[in-house]
Amino acid sequence: MRTVKAEEVTEALAKVAVHANYDIGEEMLRAFDEALAAEKSEAGKEVIRQIQENARIARQECVPYCQDTGFAVVFAEIGQEVHVEGNLTDAINAGIRKAYTEGYLRKSILDDPIRRKNTGDNTPAVIHYEVVPGDRIRLTFGAKGGGSENMSRQAMLKPADGLEGVKRFVLQTVSEGGANACPPLVIGVGIGGTFEKSCILAKKAAMRSPYHRNPDPFYAALEDELKESLNKLGIGPMGYGGTVTVLGVNIETYPCHLVALPVAVNVNCHADRHGEVEI
Amino acid sequence: MAEYALKTPLTDEDVEKLRIGDSVRLTGVIYTARDAAHKRMIEALDRGEPLPFDIRGSLVYYVGPSPTQPGRVIGSAGPTTAYRMDPYAPRLMEIGMKGMIAKGKRNDAVKEAMKKHKVVYLGATGGAAALIAKCVKKCDVIAYEDLGPEAVRRLEVEDMPLVVVTDCHGGDLYIEGRKKYEVK
Repeated sequence: MRTVKAEEVTEALAKVAVHANYDIGEEMLRAFDEALAAEKSEAGKEVIRQIQENARIARQECVPYCQDTGFAVVFAEIGQEVHVEGNLTDAINAGIRKAYTEGYLRKSILDDPIRRKNTGDNTPAVIHYEVVPGDRIRLTFGAKGGGSENMSRQAMLKPADGLEGVKRFVLQTVSEGGANACPPLVIGVGIGGTFEKSCILAKKAAMRSPYHRNPDPFYAALEDELKESLNKLGIGPMGYGGTVTVLGVNIETYPCHLVALPVAVNVNCHADRHGEVEI
Repeated sequence: MAEYALKTPLTDEDVEKLRIGDSVRLTGVIYTARDAAHKRMIEALDRGEPLPFDIRGSLVYYVGPSPTQPGRVIGSAGPTTAYRMDPYAPRLMEIGMKGMIAKGKRNDAVKEAMKKHKVVYLGATGGAAALIAKCVKKCDVIAYEDLGPEAVRRLEVEDMPLVVVTDCHGGDLYIEGRKKYEVK
């Protein structure tokens, strides 16, 4: 049994969270380059150029890429042969507190959805735990912006709706809300599982690079097909009209009940800020 | 699509010449307000109290910046989504607000009020918050300091890069722009 001190988790996560907010990363920069080459509208090209310049400034000057530094979402894979000394959830929240305070990131989290008082340090994070084989802890951090989150949708489709129903729902979600979500977007689609499982899958998918591919060729092909269809919607960068509405579509699936076909679409903006650390 | 360099405050003539898709470089003083500040401003008006700034000819920027780092004027400061301010915006147009800066679609009531009161809605690139912050030369919190990022700030901006997304003639770039590129 390997022992990890809770403070190690705090320090490692804080570093990843600050870095993700300042540096959008090579894959997103590559996606912006490709978007600029593919975009047909002049207004759309100008938006992409501003996004590229913004990424450069944020990275070089160590300032947040976007002022909405998001809800901290953490996927925590805990090796079953790791013993954490101290309280792991507290350690994760301490990492977020440290990152958002010392990193000059915006505190956007309210203590209660109705009474709405700011917690002052962007905690708590939304944490999804998973126990996995091994003696490592892998933390995947995402700073999830509120504007694009508001444009996300879930539906309990009928099995008879099938693949066509899933495609329709993804297109409908982006068609209705895409312009408000800071396109070009990264779209996470969760298919299957239960009501809540589909949403968690969609989140996991939305926090990935647009170049991630589903290992199942059937779903990889669906990712490509959806990307193409979504880019025909004409929404374009910032919704000003254009040929690049999404940078990529990522799909995650899970087995599902014989009466159900849950599908969730988690919309992520061009500020797809994420990072990983293994402890 | 024309390019304009505009200075605040805006006049009816400034607003009337703008058409959707035009680029604007804005210089001068603008005021920040978003959800909570709008609610308070409308409540102040309901009580017959003055607003924290002179609304006539003004532009209101929907933004909640990140905290200011030492040695900087302002934190990252990109636009927030505008529809949440739709219930409040027409009231501010009635008393002289000439422009709104934000991102995302507006409802019909806002668009009608923009035609009636000659108001322009300018889009800033969402997420380009570090870039936009560079255009801010001075920043002072002037009201509702307790709201933190949502406090009302007076910003002096220079060449802020904007696009006309809804004009006072009923044009809406979110509709017209998409029509040009949608493949059915």
